[in-house]
Amino acid sequence: MANAKKIYLDYAATTPTDREVLKTMLPYFNIEFGNASSLHSFGRNAMDAVAEARKKIARFFDAKEDEIIFTSGATESNNLAIKGILRAYQKNTKNIGKIPHIITTAFEHSCILKTCQKLEEEGSAEITYLPVYSNGIVKIKDAQNAIKENTLLISAMYANNEIGTVQPIAKIGKLLKNVNKNRQQKIFFHTDATQAIAYFDCDVKKLGVDLLSMSAHKIYGPKGVGILYVKKGTKITRIQDGGDQEFSLRAGTLNTAGIVGLGKAIEILQKTKGRDAKKVNDLRDYLIKKILKEIPAARLNGSRIKRLPNNANFSFSNVEGESLLLYLDAEGIACSTGSACSSGSLDPSHVLLAIGLKPEQAHGSLRVSLGKYTVKKEVAIFITKLKKILQKLRKVSGKVLQEYYSQKNI
Amino acid sequence: MNYSKKVINHFTHPHNQGVIKNPDGVGMVGNPTCGDLMKIYIKVKKNKNKKEIISDIKFETLGCASAIATSSMITDLAKNKPLDEAKKITRNDVAEALEGLPPVKMHCSNLASDALGEAIKDYEKKN
Repeated sequence: MANAKKIYLDYAATTPTDREVLKTMLPYFNIEFGNASSLHSFGRNAMDAVAEARKKIARFFDAKEDEIIFTSGATESNNLAIKGILRAYQKNTKNIGKIPHIITTAFEHSCILKTCQKLEEEGSAEITYLPVYSNGIVKIKDAQNAIKENTLLISAMYANNEIGTVQPIAKIGKLLKNVNKNRQQKIFFHTDATQAIAYFDCDVKKLGVDLLSMSAHKIYGPKGVGILYVKKGTKITRIQDGGDQEFSLRAGTLNTAGIVGLGKAIEILQKTKGRDAKKVNDLRDYLIKKILKEIPAARLNGSRIKRLPNNANFSFSNVEGESLLLYLDAEGIACSTGSACSSGSLDPSHVLLAIGLKPEQAHGSLRVSLGKYTVKKEVAIFITKLKKILQKLRKVSGKVLQEYYSQKNI
Repeated sequence: MNYSKKVINHFTHPHNQGVIKNPDGVGMVGNPTCGDLMKIYIKVKKNKNKKEIISDIKFETLGCASAIATSSMITDLAKNKPLDEAKKITRNDVAEALEGLPPVKMHCSNLASDALGEAIKDYEKKN
């Protein structure tokens, strides 16, 4: 495919910055370049632009403007949410010597899981990891049963980044509202909504969350900027020391251009959300149907229904994900894999293992994620190429897997 | 993580890929948890000097790019070699012949020399 255009099917990793967004951002690099904390006109102009973006974002989430904290993206927001809540708890003299309890899910993004594991190792928190079952969805009952006297926080992702399954956030929110009525220690509720923003209702009141994280670059905004929504009255302390930016919750010079870009991306999203979601959903359904029908030994990972409209995650037997990814890449098609082999670690995806896949199924996985610029022709080309590549790789692997298991059984 | 051109070449156009019917020796290494499984088939003949040489070699591999590339490379390195020389091919020899492997791949998927060793052992056990 010499001059053919490349095909991008990895929107869950990142999205291209919308042209409109880019245009809105550009003056803030070299014309309105002031430091938003400065008092002179350069600074005031920058702060005005930040305030305007904050207003749009607050409206999108049905939040107040001073509940929107700009960060460098969802990883920082997630760190701030968990460590900030924990630190505020520890600072309270009533809690001296107490170890709080945090509930999360087994397949969170690594920035949540590694934070929790670290707190556990340090002995500063007890952690419960809720199971996610074969459909990739937590059960409200499990969340309810996990709650203890010392529970301080529940953090559950809205939609999973690898398999796209959607968690019952509003239901957990409702549960906590009831539970919190009769408790001394309030349980705070955080959701990492990074993957969900583009497709699902993110009204923080409807969700019943105290904290919500997101990144701009998943919604056609720039990389390096995101927010943490912090509900008024949430007991949280900053984790990065320095200036008093962002209501003293996040020190550091404001990323004006990035924030302006996020504001514009949110504004566009608010207008186009329903339309884009429907289009992407139809294309994704066509993709899943065709692959499951025409490719032997293919399985869809995670719930067929309760998933992001743009996500499909497959396991193909007798192939390894990185090989698949690189063959597709050689054809100009970009996807991703749950096989961490391609990302520098050797273990298969913790997400796929959490929903009960065998290691070889997890190694043979492929995530295809669509976006607003994806067209049907690209999906059709992808499927044709995928079929050929699978045939080739399955020929290379022969029956080694079956033989391995039959030998083991002898 | 970047693969050398040679790795990509062997990965996309593997040499000696397939099965030998009635092989003289077979070796399989790896496990599905790591994601890599390799199987090497050899045919052994005696040359004029009555030395045992690997007259044919083929492989089947389930695994990542470097697993497939190292399998392909070992078949090139071992073909027509006397058994005692083929036995001496190390993981490093394979990696060097491929102009290097990413460090993370050096141990996990560079199993081809082990698979060849197993195939030779299998042959020697039978003969």
